[in-house]
Amino acid sequence: MADIRDAVIIGANRIPFARAHGAYAKASNQDMLTSTLNGLVARYGLQGAQLGAVAGGAVMKHSKNFNLVRESVLGTPIASNTPAYDVQMACATGMEAIGSLANKIKLGQIDSAIGGGVDSISDAPIVVTDALRGIIMEANRAKTTGQRLKALAKIRPGHLAPQAPGVNEPRTGLSMGEHMAITADQWGISREEQDELALASHKNLAKAYDDGFFDDLVTPFKGVDRDNNMRADSTMEKLGKLSPAFGKDLGDQATMTAANSTALTDGASAVLLGSEEWADERDLPKLANFIDYEEGAVDFVDGAEGLLMAPTYAAARMLKRNNLSFEDFEYFEIHEAFASTVLAQMKAWESAEFCREKLGLDKPLGTIDRSRLNVNGSSLAAGHPFAATGGRIVATLSKLLHGKPGKLGFISVCAAGGQGITAIIEGR
Amino acid sequence: MATDTYTEFVNSGLGRKITKSLGLPQPAKLRRYRPEAPLIEGPVVVVGASEVADNIAARLLTWDLDVRRHIGPKEKVAAVVAVFDTAATPADLSRNVLELGGMLKQLKPSGRVITVFRDPESTDDPTARAARKGAEGMTRSLAHEMRAGATANGIVLHEQLDATAPGVAGALRYLLSGRSAFVSGQFVSVNSVNGQLPHDWAAPLQDQVAVVTGAARGIGASIAKVLRRDGAQVILVDVPAAGEALAAAANEVEGTALQLDITRDDAAERILDHAQQHYGRLDIVVHNAGITRDKLLANMDAPRWDSVIAVNIESQLRMNRTLLGSELFSRVENGVGPRIVSLASTSGIAGNRGQTNYAASKSAVMGMVSAGSAQLEARHGTINAVAPGFIETEMTAKMPLGTREVARRLNSLSQGGLPVDVAETVAFLASPSAAGTSGLTLRVCGQNLVGA
Repeated sequence: MADIRDAVIIGANRIPFARAHGAYAKASNQDMLTSTLNGLVARYGLQGAQLGAVAGGAVMKHSKNFNLVRESVLGTPIASNTPAYDVQMACATGMEAIGSLANKIKLGQIDSAIGGGVDSISDAPIVVTDALRGIIMEANRAKTTGQRLKALAKIRPGHLAPQAPGVNEPRTGLSMGEHMAITADQWGISREEQDELALASHKNLAKAYDDGFFDDLVTPFKGVDRDNNMRADSTMEKLGKLSPAFGKDLGDQATMTAANSTALTDGASAVLLGSEEWADERDLPKLANFIDYEEGAVDFVDGAEGLLMAPTYAAARMLKRNNLSFEDFEYFEIHEAFASTVLAQMKAWESAEFCREKLGLDKPLGTIDRSRLNVNGSSLAAGHPFAATGGRIVATLSKLLHGKPGKLGFISVCAAGGQGITAIIEGR
Repeated sequence: MATDTYTEFVNSGLGRKITKSLGLPQPAKLRRYRPEAPLIEGPVVVVGASEVADNIAARLLTWDLDVRRHIGPKEKVAAVVAVFDTAATPADLSRNVLELGGMLKQLKPSGRVITVFRDPESTDDPTARAARKGAEGMTRSLAHEMRAGATANGIVLHEQLDATAPGVAGALRYLLSGRSAFVSGQFVSVNSVNGQLPHDWAAPLQDQVAVVTGAARGIGASIAKVLRRDGAQVILVDVPAAGEALAAAANEVEGTALQLDITRDDAAERILDHAQQHYGRLDIVVHNAGITRDKLLANMDAPRWDSVIAVNIESQLRMNRTLLGSELFSRVENGVGPRIVSLASTSGIAGNRGQTNYAASKSAVMGMVSAGSAQLEARHGTINAVAPGFIETEMTAKMPLGTREVARRLNSLSQGGLPVDVAETVAFLASPSAAGTSGLTLRVCGQNLVGA
């Protein structure tokens, strides 16, 4: 096997994220991912190129989309002999796809890749009840017409109600917001600091758009040219007027509103990766290197840890492995599932007790400088089409670090099921 | 794009009969350029006895054309090249003009008349200039008389220029071919010996890198397609909001998409960076991006006036300054340097009610181009403009039916042009074979009656 080599982040593309049941209501995951790939191909002149692999996925996926990424690739000018496969790790799907592709490039298994993800709330799969499904399968197995009719005769009106995909954690029955409300309360995260973080996200994202930062990161889709969840004119007063949306049983202590929680959104993203040689052969830019990533998981079911706290553990292991501390990083991208998620993770890393007891460190990981955090906005403003968020973050961070050789960027993305991913990117 | 139902009708059997008997316009199906098709099919007659005429005939022979100096009364004629370079006084035009006239009834559909004469402006002798202007006026009127998709255009030779100059060959080929399908009554001036003829006429832009602004749709997308077909690698630029269409256009021509607002101060730098990164060179810049914000001047407001001026001309002036100051856009290869082609408009020539802002910007483009040629000459490059007339686009499809129908018939070819017609002329002016032509505004308007 070859020596470990650099996995270079060449560029990226995404479509603007759109609030669910709005602009992209009639677009499927495949439509969105195909358009995103088409934009990426156009930006980097990849027409007809045979790539090492394309990987990505969707959290909310129809069973007919068993080969979502492969089918999407076949709808683009990328050479059809490019292998493609689906990956799924809840909200960390995009990060997992990109991270694992980077590893393959580092090992010399492939020279080029596209990683990303897509999600649509508006085109979510609706399924029939388990009871009806059981009857239909039984009828399908029947050998005689009589047996078939007998099976079908069991159908009752109640079986016919369609079932939307669950968004609650299957093992606790609680929504992600309710889980987060518990964690936020445990860490004493105030309403005000959550609203401040949400406001900063909108302001930062709007400014980045105005500066043309996203000109080569985003391609419009269906007439939308900026993330339409973004509210550039938001104020603390406006945010302060909203009623709590989660943790209402906390009464006066409830802090989480619709504005400091991410809105349900539709969208897709893709990141182009390659070896140094591949990028040079094709005269492509080299924004940054994908250095490392770490998956984490916590026991949230019995309440031992917060549902979205897995990245705190992953970060500790990843930093130790790379012999780095927070002071070594130029920028931090912490996915804003909820404002309180970001704040709780940061409080945990500042806490000597947490870092000692839970992470097994002799001193806290330290404070993250807010002026380096989500500087061009994050999910609260942009929205969070689950599997597409990783690609958005890697793209933004890579561009921020481009032209700053050696400077490091830190990524944290939490995910359902008590999981999460952290990653390190180095500018070049 | 608008469908020209009338032209379809006229070109059907029954339609021809009806429209002819009613004396209605007879728009023909124009012969358009296809790389695999012959340059022109049938005899090409060179009229005139001079060294220039001989050199032109010799050039045409190298293209395996059926070149004649005379032709029988029964034979069909594909094209006539009438050479007037020795005309010293208007009376000298007579012989060649009458010989040309005698052949017009034998001219095939989509045939060509090309007159060749010396540049009137390059002599101060009243008699000589009168003769040359006479040839020009005759050509322009003849263009109005052409039928069945045939056109008449001129090649204007600078005083001392030999007809063996590459620019003359380039212009001849362009005017004979289907590239000039919607060009009539126009003049291609050849001012210098600059120019390089391609090894393969089917790929005159081989190895060249071109940027096209406003390339997401319409004429811009068509320009990108034609440049690609001619062998160039194309960078397609449009505003970020047009990105989806831009990506589709870029993928179609295997180019690269650059989302960019050209009114940004750093627009040219971004283009140069992109070209440097992806191609390592930049040979051709096509300033196609433009907007209209129509309003009578009495009702004009600052946003309408200023945005049109900013997008249509100020951006070009600013980008040209940066581009021409760069290393990348200064490459001289085989004696040919950078080429700029700008989109003007017949509105800028004739004026148009409700378009004071647009016409100002498009006239300004022509001013920039005519003054810019000196600047480009120092770099062995060229700067030219193309002024489209009525072109069938998404924009003209939105005109009221009556207005559109009148507008598209008001020219010598009785039909609107297609985006590809504009694109072919842009590609010609961008080609190394046209490097002898600079400072020109070439109209692609079917000899629109407005603003002749």
